[in-house]
Amino acid sequence: MTPQNEEELAAIIRDAKGPLSIRGGGTRGLSVFGEPLSTAGMTGITLYEPGALTMVAQAGTPVAQIEAALAEKNQRLAFEPMDHRALSGADGTPTIGGAIAANISGPRRIAVGAARDFTLGVRFVDGSGEIIKNGGRVMKNVTGYDLVKLMSGACGTLGVLTEVSFKVLPVPETQATLVLRGLTDTDAVRAMARALGSPFEVTGAAHDGETLLRLEGFEASVTYRAQALRDALVEFGAEIIVMDAEESADRWRGIRDVTTFADQSGDVWRLSCKPSDGPALAKRAGAEARLFDWAGGLIWLCVPEGTDLRADLGEFDGHATLVRASPETKRRLNVFHPEAPGVARLSQGLRDRFDPRGILNPGLMGGGRYADDIH
Amino acid sequence: MQMPTPDARIIGIKARLVERLQGVLPKGSVIYDEHETRAYECDALTAYRCPPLVAVLPSTTHEVSEVLRICHDEGVPVVPRGSGTSLAGGALPTADCVILGVARMNEVLETDYDNRFIRVQTGRTNLSVTGAVEENGFFYAPDPSSQLACAISGNIAMNSGGAHCLKYGVTTNNLMGVTVVLMDGEVVEIGGAHLDSGGLDLLGLICGSEGQLGVVTEATLRILHKPEGARPVLMGFNSAEVAGACVADIIQAGVLPVAIEFMDALLIKVCEEYAQAGYPECEALLIVEVEGSDAEIDAQLTLIKEIAQRHDPVALRESQSADESARIWAGRKAAFSAIGRISDYMCLDGTIPVSSLPYVLRRIGEMSKEFGLAVGNVFHAGDGNMHPLILYDANKPGDLEICEAFGAEVLKLCVEAGGCLTGEHGVGIEKRDLMHVQYDSADLEAQMIVKDVFDAKWLLNPAKVFPLDASENRRAVAIAAE
Repeated sequence: MTPQNEEELAAIIRDAKGPLSIRGGGTRGLSVFGEPLSTAGMTGITLYEPGALTMVAQAGTPVAQIEAALAEKNQRLAFEPMDHRALSGADGTPTIGGAIAANISGPRRIAVGAARDFTLGVRFVDGSGEIIKNGGRVMKNVTGYDLVKLMSGACGTLGVLTEVSFKVLPVPETQATLVLRGLTDTDAVRAMARALGSPFEVTGAAHDGETLLRLEGFEASVTYRAQALRDALVEFGAEIIVMDAEESADRWRGIRDVTTFADQSGDVWRLSCKPSDGPALAKRAGAEARLFDWAGGLIWLCVPEGTDLRADLGEFDGHATLVRASPETKRRLNVFHPEAPGVARLSQGLRDRFDPRGILNPGLMGGGRYADDIH
Repeated sequence: MQMPTPDARIIGIKARLVERLQGVLPKGSVIYDEHETRAYECDALTAYRCPPLVAVLPSTTHEVSEVLRICHDEGVPVVPRGSGTSLAGGALPTADCVILGVARMNEVLETDYDNRFIRVQTGRTNLSVTGAVEENGFFYAPDPSSQLACAISGNIAMNSGGAHCLKYGVTTNNLMGVTVVLMDGEVVEIGGAHLDSGGLDLLGLICGSEGQLGVVTEATLRILHKPEGARPVLMGFNSAEVAGACVADIIQAGVLPVAIEFMDALLIKVCEEYAQAGYPECEALLIVEVEGSDAEIDAQLTLIKEIAQRHDPVALRESQSADESARIWAGRKAAFSAIGRISDYMCLDGTIPVSSLPYVLRRIGEMSKEFGLAVGNVFHAGDGNMHPLILYDANKPGDLEICEAFGAEVLKLCVEAGGCLTGEHGVGIEKRDLMHVQYDSADLEAQMIVKDVFDAKWLLNPAKVFPLDASENRRAVAIAAE
């Protein structure tokens, strides 16, 4: 089903007799058991005010369309949403609603915030078919509870987004990337911590064998900070080169989309952790294929199919999400990390209230039904 | 402004309640003498006062849990309180409530520079969080004007902002984790030293929930390294419209200052008297601050001043020294207290799209004449967060009511212009009855079911945020159940 507007969507949900599998562009392989319900029919940029750094768009609007409109005014989605297609092999089209519903943020998340931090307002239809709005289109808004944050990352389990408003930022004049060669994972994470603990405004810190530190801004400022950062990292003894703007942009697109695992077989996991814990966690996971982003706070791991990575890792400060695996593995291990009892109870309470019939992506984020379906 | 009638049953059990609370708290932590509870009768919205039944000052998360368990058991409403600096009445007591103050919980629990966070008890003041890390060159970014006094607990409850959030974001963008005690006494850990939630974003939900979902006792906060330097530039204009146009041009040019603040002639005058910052005399003043090394600052300010020149400024001056910069900011941050020295005032907090600034400012000027009360304007222009200050005379019968009616019209205007009722102060009691203007009943219901999940008996700060008629049934059920 592909409703063309919010009212049609509300009617579909009100009349639904069973589970609905909510999807934006369908690029992330998150589809669960249920009748497919796509937001692809609800598209278009409703409002764009470059001078106020804000845009409002229908949830099914392709990210590419939004990025093209922003580029005309030299602006961008600063949270740098990942395009999952290289990794998932899916042929869908990433949508703005999907990026926000799953709180998808790229390398710049450490400097400017996540998708949820840029989302200013939402309209959505809850599990009873009620149309609800929250937030608005202004930068600061504390009027009532922040359901915008709750909906960003709820992956459609509390409601189906129909319209989102978000903050955008200017595209900096240029960028450059410092490349440090030959660091161990541990030293790389230390070097990235040093860089982020400096005043030089690093907007990307990743390690994929080479350690990458991105700087963005006006030309003279980038040149100055590249030198200052190089000086600050001398003690790590690495060979340091500076990558120019074009090469830098390419490289970070690859980091964002985790293209390094695109042609490798195996399951792909995404760990959010305390950065300094990263190297030990990666070691415990035993994964040969690993990519550190967010200065070590985000680790992408490629492991043999069916591996229960969470069991190998044990308890840690953070969470592990299963991004790429067979449907069977996803059902067996769950996509999302199990929650502590108090948090799980609150989350279930919210699902019970926003979706009393349990029909929106049931079981995807907990509640057990996702796993039950195969039995 | 109405508050629910105090519950005689609760007032009748005061002695037992005090005894039970004394049983779980150290000596001197339970305040019940009618002279002493008066210290908690209001917050910074001083027009409304009501001493609580009891005030408690726990020192640990465990004690908070014990207090809440008892109040839950006895069916007694609890109003959490940080430093009591809310401008929206967020910490206003009722005569049948327990005030739960976290002021004694002000320890730093952990600082981690490699992972760039600090974990504190939430009674700690905003500025003293920065104070704990500045020797190492770090700071905590959200900087509400009351930062010397306001507590992190209140910052989290109201999702506080500040002048520099144009670049660094507000509290919710800098909050990584919390320890929160639910109304039934359960202690829940949410988030931590990692980024983003692995499930539903409960952290984002709790931040800004005005103390209605739980009592946050510990917080993990993101800290940042200080910039190499910062420098404000003062720009004076002949009208608010021109200043507004200049703000839009600066933002569109691709420079992103850390702060763009606006003051009108009245505020310039009173803040200048207070801080001797050397503000130019003009109709509209912008303080624009940029950060970086000296050379980076020079480059950014050159561009910004070029843009300003196109709008024929009557004054355009860079700060020449650290001392001058400090005075420029001291004046701005003292704006509310400086106005307070010349008049009673009500401070609004509506936020509008930046593009609507000239229109909304003009309309406020017209409404000022219609209502017969003067207005001063000082606000965060970069993000459209306005702070119209309506001057009134508390001793003149009827003046407060005129002021409130005027304020309500201004906030309706903000919503009509595409904005919202409150950008950083919160709803509290002040904007509670205007929530219908921004949200319809389905929108409010979607928020109230969240409170049902966290606080089924509606005992935490119950008569705030939602219009009394909208929450009446839920609160009545809670009372009837006792």
